[in-house]
Amino acid sequence: MAHVALADKGQELSHPHSWITQYVWSQDHKVIGIQYMVVATLVGLLALVMSGMMRLQLGFPGTFTLIEPNEYYQFVTMHGMIMVVFMLTAFFLGGFGNILIPLMCGARDMVFPYMNMLSFWVYLLSVIILVASLFVPGGATGAGWTLYPPQAITPGTPGADWGILLMLISLAVFIVAFTMGGLNYLTTALQARTRGMTLMRLPLSVWGIVMATILGLLAFPALFVAAIMMTLDNVLGTSFFMPAVNILGEQLEHDGGSPILFQHLFWFFGHPEVYIVALPMFGIASDLISTHARKNIFGYRMMVWAIVAIGGLSFVVWAHHMYVSGMNPYFGFLFATTTLIIAVPTALKVYNWVLTLWEGDIHLNVPMLFAIGFIFTFIHGGITGLFLGNVAVDVPLSDTYFVIGHFHMVMGVSPFLVVFGGLYHWYPKLTGRMMNVTLGKIHFWLTFLGTYAIYLPMHYIGILGVPRRYYANGVTDFMPESVATINSSITIAALIVGGAQFIFIYNLIASLFKEKDAGGNPWNATTLEWQTPDTPPKHGNWDDELPVVYRWAYAYSVPGADKDFIPQNEPPSDKTGKE
Amino acid sequence: MANSNEASAGTLVEDWSGDKETFRVHWGKAMMWIFLLSDTFIFTSFLTSYMHVRMSTAEPWPNASEVFALTMFGQSIPLILIAIMTFVLITSSGTMALAVNYGYRRDRKKTATLLVITALLGATFVGMQAFEWSKLIAEGVRPWGNPMGAAQFGSCFFMITGFHGGHVTGGVIYLAYVATGVINGRYEEKGYDIVEICGLYWHFVDLVWVFIFAFFYLW
Repeated sequence: MAHVALADKGQELSHPHSWITQYVWSQDHKVIGIQYMVVATLVGLLALVMSGMMRLQLGFPGTFTLIEPNEYYQFVTMHGMIMVVFMLTAFFLGGFGNILIPLMCGARDMVFPYMNMLSFWVYLLSVIILVASLFVPGGATGAGWTLYPPQAITPGTPGADWGILLMLISLAVFIVAFTMGGLNYLTTALQARTRGMTLMRLPLSVWGIVMATILGLLAFPALFVAAIMMTLDNVLGTSFFMPAVNILGEQLEHDGGSPILFQHLFWFFGHPEVYIVALPMFGIASDLISTHARKNIFGYRMMVWAIVAIGGLSFVVWAHHMYVSGMNPYFGFLFATTTLIIAVPTALKVYNWVLTLWEGDIHLNVPMLFAIGFIFTFIHGGITGLFLGNVAVDVPLSDTYFVIGHFHMVMGVSPFLVVFGGLYHWYPKLTGRMMNVTLGKIHFWLTFLGTYAIYLPMHYIGILGVPRRYYANGVTDFMPESVATINSSITIAALIVGGAQFIFIYNLIASLFKEKDAGGNPWNATTLEWQTPDTPPKHGNWDDELPVVYRWAYAYSVPGADKDFIPQNEPPSDKTGKE
Repeated sequence: MANSNEASAGTLVEDWSGDKETFRVHWGKAMMWIFLLSDTFIFTSFLTSYMHVRMSTAEPWPNASEVFALTMFGQSIPLILIAIMTFVLITSSGTMALAVNYGYRRDRKKTATLLVITALLGATFVGMQAFEWSKLIAEGVRPWGNPMGAAQFGSCFFMITGFHGGHVTGGVIYLAYVATGVINGRYEEKGYDIVEICGLYWHFVDLVWVFIFAFFYLW
């Protein structure tokens, strides 16, 4: 029997009948994507405000009493966990992944829309559980975002009663939500592409998101298991992670567990998690750069294989987070080597972005500003990563502000710049309106320059030896007085950058009502999402026929063509000379 | 090539990079395979963690052959219950495979019967596990400690068999759901891939048990 691809058979879509099914219990991947984005943004703003409060404490110790000393770790923990998991992971995969994968692949929706909807609601549940932990007796957990046992569940750590339990449950629920979404993203990209859309014609955004989804499906299980085991340690009194602990002369009930096991499980998830955020960021940045430089991405195949290689390597480097946990020096050597090898495909991507810009017809639109800014911050954060990948350098720097600077540069600022760039880029498609350019440029320059004012000095005070995780530095011999001044200046910069994000939020909302119609393809882009018959795309995305794809996603400035871009679904003609 | 509808029956590479479908299978089947891959990592993490705590604990590990022995006919037979459970579960994989076969032949009666038999065997397995749990609990084994040795023995036992038992229970419900669908003719139009997808899950749960059996009971 001849095999007919399911994508050709026409998918049964459950069309909305009321406002509720259109915007609330929606099975439309675009609405679900926006729901993800809204929730992630709200919880991200919470984490942003928390970081502002922490900076006020650090910059002007003793002046403000927003945070009590015993609450400081709770702020650190919640800020970190929210930003990494509930904001960035959800935003890139749940937000951009939902919106872009079906549109860019030329599908009508995700392969299982109902499960996709369920994914969002379970995600919302995990966020609610997490936020609820702020209000329980004892407050949220203060175990640090890595939740290391034994202290995470030992009496004395803030939130050891309820906070840690809610955190673990929230993570497990998040993983269930992610799995339901992730199965959809991966299956859609593999099985539901339109005619002519081969894997090697997919835009790099899809490649990045899909590879990140694979990483998520294989890495989150380790965190899931760790969360279950720690919950059992906490609730049932098992001793998976708990060794014999003696507190103030009193022996705890636990005995014989292994705290190092938790670190292995956590980082087996934790390192791929970095790339779960980084790969979509790479992919989206590639598309922004190519589109706004009016030039094909340099070395497309190399870019794809680099994404795959980085994804694979990310599973064999996790113990570089554990150099200071005490491990066999040979292991340190092994993991340092694999860590440094990742720099090869990563550097290759950076070179290719720069070479794409080279002699391009660069349009400094707002998304492009963010994409170029991203190249700067990513090179910066990536290179300091090479420092920390070496055992001998990491050991003295590990507990200092150098790590904070590095991590926020590579995993905080860089993905956020791409998130902003992506939103400025795709906002016209999702709403039909352009975003205000002036406000966008103000937002970019404040954010981009401001982050350097925040994080560059952190590298410096880190090398001086200023420890991280401290509520206040106090007076010590090894810290010069200038550290306090630097801390104040960092705080001022951080508040300005934090405030600048509200300009962005304002722009997002105000542009809906004030700005001009965008038309279907304001950036003259080639990829399929810009070729939909309606803007914003209707439920089902396409008319009766699915688009047919004739070429790759980067046909910009093709010699001999009558315009500087050829959409992927434009049939070949004599003028373009090739298919 | 751009317009070609039929993927050429060429090499693996051409297949994989072809348009529309990377694997020539039902969407649901592709998704089930991916889910099982993810689930493999969950059980791998459980089993690796069990091995790790078994090495790190200071107390001696209880001897599984003695703990899981039953006295039958006046004789203590090691692992006899586990052996029967394993036999039951592997038999259920056989009936599942037959169900898939009859499903594709659209023999609804036989498919449904075999699915029900598979579900019953699965339920028997869970029942025997419940018996095993209650026997150990009666002997004083708890998640936080036990009279035979290292506390982690009980923790790992209840956690891993519990998680696997949950999978089997979920599978029994899934099987029952598919069986009713087969009886009602719910899949006449869409085809009987659903039986195979359900079977993939069932075989996976079975395979995981083999590893649990080898690493937890035999070691």
